[in-house]
Amino acid sequence: MRPRVGQMLASTVDTTAVIVVRCPDEDLEITCGGAAMAEGNGPGPAAGGTPDPGLMGGALLGKRYADEDLGVELLCTKPGPGTLAVNGVPLPVKTAKPLPASD
Amino acid sequence: MLLDMAADGFGDRIVIGHKDEGLSARRLRELAVGGAHLARASEADAILYLAVNGPALPVALFAAARAAVPLVPVNYRLGEEQLDALLANHPRALGIADAEHAGALRRAGLPVRTPAEWLAQAAENAGLAADDEPAQPDAPAALIYTSGTTSAPKGVVLRHRNLVSYVLGTVEFAAADPEEAALVSVPPYHIAAVSNVLTNLYAGRRALTLEQFTPDGWLGLVRRERITNAMVVPTMLARIMDTDGLDRSVPTLRTLAYGGARMPVRVIEAALGAWPHVDFVNAYGLTETSSTITVLGPEEHRRALASDDPVVRARLGSAGLPVPGIELEVRDPFGEVVAPGETGQIWVRGEQVSGEYAGGGPVVDERGFFHTRDQGHVDADGYLHIEGRADDTIIRGAENIAPAEIEDVLLGHPDVLDAVVVGVPDEEWGQRIEAVVVLREGVTVDADALRAQVRGTLRGSRTPERIECWPELPRTPTGKLVRRDVVEALTAEGREAVGRQG
Repeated sequence: MRPRVGQMLASTVDTTAVIVVRCPDEDLEITCGGAAMAEGNGPGPAAGGTPDPGLMGGALLGKRYADEDLGVELLCTKPGPGTLAVNGVPLPVKTAKPLPASD
Repeated sequence: MLLDMAADGFGDRIVIGHKDEGLSARRLRELAVGGAHLARASEADAILYLAVNGPALPVALFAAARAAVPLVPVNYRLGEEQLDALLANHPRALGIADAEHAGALRRAGLPVRTPAEWLAQAAENAGLAADDEPAQPDAPAALIYTSGTTSAPKGVVLRHRNLVSYVLGTVEFAAADPEEAALVSVPPYHIAAVSNVLTNLYAGRRALTLEQFTPDGWLGLVRRERITNAMVVPTMLARIMDTDGLDRSVPTLRTLAYGGARMPVRVIEAALGAWPHVDFVNAYGLTETSSTITVLGPEEHRRALASDDPVVRARLGSAGLPVPGIELEVRDPFGEVVAPGETGQIWVRGEQVSGEYAGGGPVVDERGFFHTRDQGHVDADGYLHIEGRADDTIIRGAENIAPAEIEDVLLGHPDVLDAVVVGVPDEEWGQRIEAVVVLREGVTVDADALRAQVRGTLRGSRTPERIECWPELPRTPTGKLVRRDVVEALTAEGREAVGRQG
């Protein structure tokens, strides 16, 4: 799929949901637990698939998962046990460098 | 979505109001569910908020999101005529108003609840199942009217994706310590009041509001509630620093953010000196950009204050660097990007930028950039310096003159507390430069000496022909100068003077 900034994606194998914070203008394969994620904010009708047991690293609420080389950043809005990955490569948690509170 | 994350992530944490009796994130979600039910039951197409800031505002904001209608916070200080005209845009709104402002809603035929009634009725319905769909990214989250200091108030449409992009781009989830508390002193119809609800909640920071700003009221509340983060407009900080006999100790304060208007360098220097332990943050943004688009951070403030390098020193008066997700260009009148150091008009692009007014599409160029109508330049390292609104430019003869440049020189005088420079209609020049200053109490300053100071720093054509002293300048409660009132008063005086001579 070609993701858009601000797009919400839901796992099809567990409870995980993310929002796209940053992405390049190209097709990407975004997966959770090894299965492609679908547009939406919660487990969609397709949920109930079986995750890959080898891809159960989990996604934590509010954490950012990013690949700096691809320029992809996903933010977890609902946690779940599946691993977030782009083009088959698991995304590491991005270490936060918070801005000073501005308002 | 943001509230769900907060309620799921730290549901028991008190996020609104006093530590002992405030609302937890989970309770806030329950009240939002109840409030959304009220909005849907009355088939409202908006929730209109005409009251001072308080817990009813975040409940209204999140209830509106759940009911898929926008929140419309309205300036309760507007005149009757302006208010009526604005309310006529929202004939099907659910109204929340203080007792003293309820009349305006009744005149408009809208049902009225006080903030207390709104909270009580939301609580009655708070047990309902939250089976509603999450807010659609493209749905309007808020409609905020601009202050209307340069033209009639315009309703700015902020969609969920604008506000969510702003929050996700600038705040880390649950990053606040449990003891952190923020004090919001701007009224609810200011974009910063709305963005503060979101950013403080998302960070997990308890937020309190000050209904009516006074310097000692603010200082007392900061000490009593052990406030760690606060946001003020420049006039508030000026009053805190300039009022004699105040206890200015703020031991718990960690961060003070300011924005909304230009900060006189004198005031920020005084504040940095008075509160060396506080991190100062200058945030520049517009309603149309979902609040902050550039930030000057704490270390940059300290470095600028301590520096002998004039470029670094000047950054104390700058608006800092763009936040992530914002691209900024300074362009000349033909649309070409100008070199660092050159003045032009400021254009911005990013997901948080709405640039959209009610009844029209987004006002952006073909590349998606929005014209802020602010004028300024960036220095060699990208720091943005704002030089005022493009609409405020004085055209004397064929020369374009930014009032800010002259105001800065006047404000550099130790006894000048406030200053405004405007163009007054003139038969010979089109506009002539006149200034009004506010002097420190009990001090007299010779207008000719001030004019000489400007002439010595700038040049003759930029020297005000006349400088008046007034006890105060017309400013909105959010600190914005109402220049047209100054022009009007000076123009009327000029006519009288001519009349007397004739």
